[in-house]
This record gives sequence, structure tokens and C-alpha cells, in this order.
Amino acid sequence: MPKFVLDGKEIEFKPGQTIIQAAKDHGITIPHFCWHESLSVAGNCRVCLVEIEKMPKLAIACSTTAAEGMVVYTASEKALGARNAVMEFLLINHPLDCPICDEAGECKLQDYAYSHSAGESRFVEEKNHKDKRVPLGPYVMFDGDRCISCSRCIRFCDEIAKDNELTFVKRGDRVTITTFPGEELDNPYSLNVTDICPVGALTNRDFRFRARVWDMSANKTICTGCSRGCNIELWVRNNEILRITPRQNEEVNTFWMCDHGRINTFKFVNAEDRVDGPHIRKEGKLVKVEWNEALTQAASKLKKFAKNEIAFIGSAFATLEDNYLLVKFAHSLGVKNIDFIRHYIPSFADNILRREDMTPNSLGAEAVGVKPSQGGLNIDGIINGIKEKKIKAVYLIDDDIAAAFPELEEELAKLDLLIVNATNINKSASVADIVFPAATYAEKNGTFVNFQGRVQRLKPAVATVEDDRALDGLEMSRLDKFGTKFDRWAQGHKYDAKSSWKILSALSIEMGFKLKFNMAEDVFSEIAKNTKAFSGLDYDVIGELGAQSKLQPEEKIITT
Amino acid sequence: MAVKKREKDLTLLEKMYIPEIVKGLSLTMKNMFKPKFTMKYPEEKFIPPASYRGRPVLVMEENGEERCVACGLCSRVCPALAIEVQAAETEREKERYPVKFEINMLRCIFCGFCEEVCPEEAIVMSKDYELAFSHREDAIYGKDKLLTPVIQLKDRIEFLRSYK
Repeated sequence: MPKFVLDGKEIEFKPGQTIIQAAKDHGITIPHFCWHESLSVAGNCRVCLVEIEKMPKLAIACSTTAAEGMVVYTASEKALGARNAVMEFLLINHPLDCPICDEAGECKLQDYAYSHSAGESRFVEEKNHKDKRVPLGPYVMFDGDRCISCSRCIRFCDEIAKDNELTFVKRGDRVTITTFPGEELDNPYSLNVTDICPVGALTNRDFRFRARVWDMSANKTICTGCSRGCNIELWVRNNEILRITPRQNEEVNTFWMCDHGRINTFKFVNAEDRVDGPHIRKEGKLVKVEWNEALTQAASKLKKFAKNEIAFIGSAFATLEDNYLLVKFAHSLGVKNIDFIRHYIPSFADNILRREDMTPNSLGAEAVGVKPSQGGLNIDGIINGIKEKKIKAVYLIDDDIAAAFPELEEELAKLDLLIVNATNINKSASVADIVFPAATYAEKNGTFVNFQGRVQRLKPAVATVEDDRALDGLEMSRLDKFGTKFDRWAQGHKYDAKSSWKILSALSIEMGFKLKFNMAEDVFSEIAKNTKAFSGLDYDVIGELGAQSKLQPEEKIITT
Repeated sequence: MAVKKREKDLTLLEKMYIPEIVKGLSLTMKNMFKPKFTMKYPEEKFIPPASYRGRPVLVMEENGEERCVACGLCSRVCPALAIEVQAAETEREKERYPVKFEINMLRCIFCGFCEEVCPEEAIVMSKDYELAFSHREDAIYGKDKLLTPVIQLKDRIEFLRSYK
């Protein structure tokens, strides 16, 4: 491979690569605002100017292709002088409102002003003023004053979202960004522009002013919006999720995620209708009871039914571990009626990230055996069985059968026994006889298998009653580290909820057959041992970016 | 056991103690007419100088609005983690304001870092030193107790500006 010299260090590059990209591949970051790895090169911020030997002028590292034998200096006197000058120019019209700006703390301009700027402004005239607080679309707010015209957002809409919505208007220091007449920034990926905006010009309307970035902890996990399973970070303060941002994973979502995943997949975790502690129906009402009482009652009631009168419904929203324990539980009882509900919305899919399958783990649920055994009923059979009163007891985890099949709501209420592991009081839970509080995806360890057959790890971000942030390995913000339990910022409500596999495990002990595991990791190692598709995998191998299983990627979606 | 003999016995005059009493009383009499350093607290109150760091307060402008923009820097710099700020959006020109601003006076150590870091001169140390609580919850001061008219804080603000 050809080589060039960067700051006295010889580095290799692929022919055709730019200096900035080659440097990045070797872990050297050349300062930049407008350049982004997966967007086209614009070259308009000028902050990546570097000195190249035998070139008369400084060149921008983002659009200069590296050549054999090139000698590049990023920190020579000339390069530093130019960088300082560019920073001074950029800061001329940039308002000094970091205290108000939401980007403060994760702002590139703020960081570079510290590391690459003289720190003094010679500009004494009145700063330029542009429109502030312009809603560009349903989710994005624009502040013209703060914009440094890097055009990342424009290029994102054109190249990634494939929806030309944004453009520059006016010239010189009056240049600003706006949507085309009659258009809104409403493509399904619009919120990604708030991530790539190097300053606080584009902000998330759902998150604006809710918290400072340094007060939150960022927890690496997986999005549950569809079967893509985008890698994400959950930002948590005081045990409450405040926002979601995408995390880079070249195999799955590169840098992006869709607005549905970012806005709609976390609010139920701290919603008012969360199930807090086990509930039993007494005189027509769901009453909160102790775990022991709920478990004993569930066990004694389940025992009264014949094998073919019971149906188990797994869930593609639940983890591999949850589904695996459900299958084991059903087989221990000799029940053959077991399946899960598919959630397909063909209109949701596109050619970028979104998939028809609105669940994060349908491939995994099938792989661990959530399907009818020989002679058992599948989901349609179970539904008919409920209607014909052949199925008398149903155990449902982490899903809402009454919402998926609205015609079934009355029939479900008439069932002899409906046990539900639910996160929130949904339609099924509100007609159930026994409701166990299930932990949400943000509260448990586990694994999902996305549509590519890639196994990815969920990590808890929100603590339940049985968790301690420090001891259970949850990410800690500054406040988490230094607060005591008497401090008000450490008193965010903890729900009395457990992962479905833990509930099933506890119930199995009441039933008299012991499916005992200590940790989600133990369940997974048993899955890996018993299932060919996952052999050789464990939590360490999966790591933060996931690992490919031997499952065939889902090519075509069967629409029902 | 050997008893050490006193080096010198007291004279008669010394044995009477009268000169010593007169000496002592004369010192007392002298000080009675000198200016006093003590105060009849709480009837009389000590008014500290501008450099005094009493409890931190929020500056309230003449129109009744706070200067604070809820940037959270005071909360970040506070070594005792006494300050809690929750921001929200407002229609005003500075689009951010504290919907909640609480200082736990049991945690506050009166270091004045919050005042020093504040970019808006919105939190300053007042001259108030009377801090007694009968209940833990009373020690958490919200915006109602913290907001102080700017006119009352003129002294301190001028003092701060003289050092900028």
C-alpha cells in the first residue's frame, strides 16, 4: 500500500483516499466541521487546512487526495495560524450564548474554541442576527444565529434520507438554511441532522432544554423500533430516559437511526401506566399483591388445566432469554400450543434502515423455538381456540394480544385464566387475571437477533427495585457517582419489575420443575449450547457491536 | 519524699492582694470607656461588608424576572452538589429559564464558586447569614426563597465588578 508522511509519522492509505480519511483510519483526528465520513465532501468550513510540502498554499485535508510520498503537517506554524484564523472567522458571528444553547457540552465549535483558538476576539462590531427558533419540521428546531453553514444537514437530507428538503438561501454573511417553499423537514430520518450539526443550530424539539449532557449517563443498547435493531445510546438522568441517540455500527445502522425509533420507543418506560409490582384480579379489579402470593396463585391455577387447554404466547419484543425460558416452561408442562404474534407494517419499510417487521427479535424468537410443537396450534389456531373456548388458559409475555386482535378483547376477558407479563397496563393486561410486572428493554440484560441474523446485546439503562446502578454495571453519570440515596436527584422512581425469564423461572419453582438461572448470561450460554445457530457465542463475543449468528438473514417478509 | 523549698515567700503587701485587685479593676474601668467590639445580637444585627459570603441567592431584575438562564454551570461546579437546576423554554429573548432552582443549604459550603462561574451574574453571595432550620426539608431553598431584588444586592455586584 502507498504511504505518506503525516506529522513525521509514515501512514498507509488506500489509493484515492483523502488525507483526513486516511488519518482517521489511523486514529488521528484532523479538526473538521463540515466533513463527515458518510457524506460527500463540501470543503466549506476550512478548519482542516494542513500544510503540504512543495505545495504553494495550505490545502484542506478533507478534499485533498493522499499521494505517495506526500509530507503533511497538521501542527506547523502555518497550519496552526490558519486554523486560528478560521476559528476567529467562524466565531465572529456566532453568538456567545453557550449557557442557553442546548449543544453546550457536546458542541464541536465549543471544543475547538478551547483547543484550536486564540481565545480572544478582535471583532468589536455588532454581530449578525438571523431568525431564531424556526421550527423546520415536527421534530427539529433551527437557530439561524448559531449556524456555521457547514451544510452537513443539507447533504444528509440529499444523500442519506434521499429527500431534498433543506437548502442555503442568501449569500455572504447573510447565508442561512431553510426548507424549500411548501416543504417541511419531515423525512423519517430528520432527527439525525441534530446529531451531525456541529453546533446548536439544529436541536431536537422533543429534548430541548430538558437536561445538560453532562448530567446524564449514556447507556449502550439496541433500538426496539423495528427488526433493524439500530445500535443506540439511552441517555438517563435520575432513572429516567430523556433521549436516544444512534451509535455507530457499520454492519447495522452506520451512523443513523429513524425518528420513530428515537421518539416512540422510550416514553413508555417512565409512563404512568407502568405495572409496578404483581397484580391479581380480586372482585373484578386488579389489586397489587406480594410476589409470593401472585406466584403461588398463578401456579395453582395453571395446574388445573389440561395440556391442550393451555396456550403460551411468546413475544418478538422480548429477548432471546425470555422466549427461551417460555419455551422451556411450556415444554415442561407438555404444552404444544406455543407461538408469537407478528407485527408487520409493510408501509413502514424503506430502502434505508426501516423494516416491515416492527419487532426487534422475531428471528430470535423463532430460533429458540417459539413455534407450535408437533400437533400444537400456531397463533391462528390459538385465536380460534380462544373463540371456540377450546383454549381456556393463556400465558402471554411482553406483548398485547388484545390490541393486535381487537375482536378478541371480550373473549379474552371470558377466559378461565389469562396470565400476562406486561410492562404497562395495556388492553390485554387490563382484562388479565394475573399481571406480572415485566421489565422493559431498558431495564434488563438480554439479546436480540435482528433481521440479518445478527445477535446484539441489550444492557440495562434504568434501574428496577432489585438493581443498583453501581453494582449491576449500569452507566453512571456524575450525579449517580457522588449522590447518596437521600439526595433528590437519586430518588427517581424504581419500578418493581423483573425480566420475563426471571418471572418464569420463579414460577417454575412454584410449579415443581426447577428452571433455575442466576443471570441472563447463564440463560444465553444454555441457548448457545442447545441451539446450533448460536453455538460459539457468549456475551463477551457479542460485545457492544453484536456478532453474526448462523441464522439465515430474513430475505422476504411474509405479510399476513 | 523531699519537699522543695519555695524560692521566695510573699511579702505582706502581696499577701493582702489589694494592689493586685486595684490593678485589675483599673483595667476593667479603662475598658469600660473604650469603644466596644461586641454586639447585642439578635437585637442588634451585624451588617457584613460586600466581600462577605453569605447564602447564595438568585438576582431578580426590576421586572420581577430572574436573570438565570438555567445553564447549569453552578450546579456543575458546586463541589458539594448542593444546587439542582431544571431548565425549560420560555418566550423571552433568552429562551431558557429555570423552572426549578433549588439549593440544599445543608450541603452548601459557601465557597462562592457558583457566583464565580455564573456567566449571567445571576447567582451572587448575599449578606444573609441567619440559617437555622427545624426540619431537613426546610433547608432546601427553592426559587421563592432564592430570588432577591437586584437593589438589595447592589453592594455585592459592585464588589464583584471591581475585581473583573
